[in-house]
Amino acid sequence: MAIVEVRALTKHFDGDVHAVEAVDLATTDGEFLVLLGPSGCGKTTLLRMIAGLEEPTAGDVLIGGNSMAGLPPRARRIAMVFQSYALYPHKTVLQNIVFPLKAAGMAPDERRRQAQWAADLLGIGHLLDRKPRHLSGGERQRAALARALVREPSVFLLDEPLSNLDAKLRATARDDLKLFQRRVGTTTVYVTHDQVEAMGMGDRIVVMDKGRVRQVGTPGDVYRHPADTFVATFLGSPPMNLVRRDDVVVGFRPESFLPKGVADAGAEALTVSFHVHRVEYLGSERHVIGTVEGLGEETRVIAMLPATVSVDVPVERSHEFVVAAGDLRFFDVGSGLRTERQRL
Amino acid sequence: MSTPPATAAGTAGTAEPGGRYLLDRKGFLARVMLLPAVVYIVALVAVPFFLAIAYSLSDVTVGDPSFDFVGLRNFATVVGDPTFRRALLNTVLITVVAMALVVVLAKVLALVLVQDFRGKWVVRLLVLLPWTTPTSLATIAWVWLLDSLFSPIDWVLRQLGLLEGNLYWLGNEGLAMTSVIAVQTWRIVPLAAVIIMAGLSAIPSDINDAAKVDGAGFWRTLFEITIPMTLPVIAVATLFGAIVVFTDMAVVFVLTRGGPVDATQVLSSWAFFRGIQGGDLAQGAAIALFLFPVLLVFAVLILRSAKRMEVM
Amino acid sequence: MDLSDTTEVEVARRAARRRRTGARVALYGLVLAFTGMAAFPFVWATITAFKRNQDLYNRANNPFVFNLDPTLEHVDLLLSGTAFPTFARNTLLVGVLVVAITLALSLPAAYSLARLDMPWGGAMGIAIFFVYLIPPSLLFISLSRVVATLRLQDSVWALVVLYPTITVPVSVWLLMGFFKTIPREIEEQATIDGYSRFGAFARILVPLAFPGIVAVVVFAFTLSASEFIYALAFVARTSEKTISIGVPTELVRGDVFFWQSLQAATVMVAVPIALVFNLFLERFITGFTMGAVKG
Repeated sequence: MAIVEVRALTKHFDGDVHAVEAVDLATTDGEFLVLLGPSGCGKTTLLRMIAGLEEPTAGDVLIGGNSMAGLPPRARRIAMVFQSYALYPHKTVLQNIVFPLKAAGMAPDERRRQAQWAADLLGIGHLLDRKPRHLSGGERQRAALARALVREPSVFLLDEPLSNLDAKLRATARDDLKLFQRRVGTTTVYVTHDQVEAMGMGDRIVVMDKGRVRQVGTPGDVYRHPADTFVATFLGSPPMNLVRRDDVVVGFRPESFLPKGVADAGAEALTVSFHVHRVEYLGSERHVIGTVEGLGEETRVIAMLPATVSVDVPVERSHEFVVAAGDLRFFDVGSGLRTERQRL
Repeated sequence: MSTPPATAAGTAGTAEPGGRYLLDRKGFLARVMLLPAVVYIVALVAVPFFLAIAYSLSDVTVGDPSFDFVGLRNFATVVGDPTFRRALLNTVLITVVAMALVVVLAKVLALVLVQDFRGKWVVRLLVLLPWTTPTSLATIAWVWLLDSLFSPIDWVLRQLGLLEGNLYWLGNEGLAMTSVIAVQTWRIVPLAAVIIMAGLSAIPSDINDAAKVDGAGFWRTLFEITIPMTLPVIAVATLFGAIVVFTDMAVVFVLTRGGPVDATQVLSSWAFFRGIQGGDLAQGAAIALFLFPVLLVFAVLILRSAKRMEVM
Repeated sequence: MDLSDTTEVEVARRAARRRRTGARVALYGLVLAFTGMAAFPFVWATITAFKRNQDLYNRANNPFVFNLDPTLEHVDLLLSGTAFPTFARNTLLVGVLVVAITLALSLPAAYSLARLDMPWGGAMGIAIFFVYLIPPSLLFISLSRVVATLRLQDSVWALVVLYPTITVPVSVWLLMGFFKTIPREIEEQATIDGYSRFGAFARILVPLAFPGIVAVVVFAFTLSASEFIYALAFVARTSEKTISIGVPTELVRGDVFFWQSLQAATVMVAVPIALVFNLFLERFITGFTMGAVKG
């Protein structure tokens, strides 16, 4: 087990591409830390620098409290699962799994026993003699995990390991992966662009954009108290509604924006006039799309009504909607950062 | 290889009244577009090929072009000729030794050329020179390099005190064969390296990264990942190179003219001296035909390796 | 290794640095060795081309330096006193015509085999590949009769007619690979937009296969410039020779080679071809592998 820490870590690719810009982060021991962001935000580059596959332009990576500068990947006691799984196509599953053990100089029968243990743990013990091209997507992912697990590394680095699975398989794989990580208790850094994976699996989430960390926090934190407008709109589906009012931006989640009288919004609730254009019926919920009037600039917003709210909302008419005072968020217009609570 | 029957194209055309959509018909287009290439190749490859077989069974010479069937007599004469046996042996020896060297050197060169280093563009240009230069001109440079009196190699050896006088590279049987093998290796290594490079760059970068993370060092990665994964490409590169060396006559012709005293004669050059310069077309054809069975084996092996590349 | 043990990490770091330095040294050593081996004959040729006779033909002189001032007289002789310019012209003529014939024959043939899905397409592809394996050294003897029948002996036109038999099979193979990578939908869109299948080929597929065409052009041209056996067997008149055969056979007077002019010719031909190849190398590699893998 180990703690991974990065200090002022920076990576510039030739010329002007600033992939990662002065990132400071630290995991706790045994933590499942998720790096979340849109593609091109630098999260994979950050992971590859932790692995030692990419040389940082500046800054330092520490594992177990010691700087890893100048150490090749193999000296860092890490294991990594790649998006493509990177299974060696000419080796059987068994040969793939024992490969790291061979490199570590373990005796053959010991290797075999260890590989069997890892394969059984992931439920692929019966596939050891197959070549990767004869495995299904889920089995490949498990084989890659077994190869990562087998030498009991101090850190797991996972780069979008579920993105090549189909949607159905992904949900169960998510469960399995999280349960498995809790069982072995190894510190894990997990890269994804999928907020559902991030929210569902992460002990903490690091939200990144354009090479910088925007916010670090538990899933509840980053969802309920986004640090800026980027985090507010990147997380949540549909995203947080943002309405500009003079020099602040007022934000509220679609699920907090309800027709007046549906729920007790408290005394200080904000009541606005909502001109409805369209209603999308999605089964478990309804999305009501329209414009808020009188709050600030006229802005298109979305309200999300759970199926339990059966109030009729006719289109092309204005309705009174409310947001509880505690569900309002405020951001600075210029910087996008969260600001003090304001009276409306 | 057969030309498509003309009637098939004819009926396909008339099936559409007026043939208005002729240029949309797959069957018609497929035949018409392929036909010129096939006719050309049949006329100038297939016909001469069968003509060569016919020649080898006849007594045709430049002076007397009339065709009389003589059975396998030419083959018997040719095989009985010590120079032919020497040429056959030389051809095999040169090909085998040169290709053994090429496999190792080309693999190393390919590994070097996929790395990042300063001045790569110039290095690549210089390394490619032996292959891209017309063979006869490149060999001319070697003839001068190995000159009996003014070879700079001899000069260096003399300066080092290892040699008195000259080695006479191309005048001594053993050294002449060594020189032919050296030139063949020298000019095929870049070709093979370029093909192997293609195979190396086809390995996904994730695989190399995974090997690094899994703790494999340079040698383990080389022998357990890189070489097994590029084996089919290495095979193809080697076989292509082998065909070039096996059928080449420019190097021997320019470097030694087959000498000294036929010591470096190969099948192609011997066929040329016998068939064209000596005027005995029948024997020349018989000599050249000895290339064919080996080439056939090469071809089958190449296709097999290519199949395996597809599977990987 | 225990990552929380600072001294152990430090030891590993030092070892890693040593290994990296070692790898760097080995890499540059190999680069130098290979470059040296490949270029040495050409370096020697270049030095020779500018040497005076008294300097060159003296065994006591250091051959790698100019003991007397360098001179351009041998380059001059090559360009104005020998048939080299004629050889160069002939080579260009043959090269351009061979490229044209190769493209005209192999583009439609490759399309037919790659896209028109005839049941005999696969077998035909293999047959064409085997043609490539019947080399000039097997055919030149019987071809001498064919060339005589066509009244092309001792003419540069014999080469124009014969070289495409070598270039067409390879080019068909190469272009097939390129055609197969172009999505069928693009071609189908063109037929829906009102073009015939042939129109789609000529207006859409040929332009899209441009990288493959470049590879074919480079390949066909260099082959015409380098081919030796046919040129040697069928062209004996000086005014009709190409560089590949003219330089080694004509730049000799009696038994005396014009060494400096010969070496000048070698370098003057070698460098431009290598430059062009280097420029198109990536394209050539992709072309080659696509043809081989997808064929």
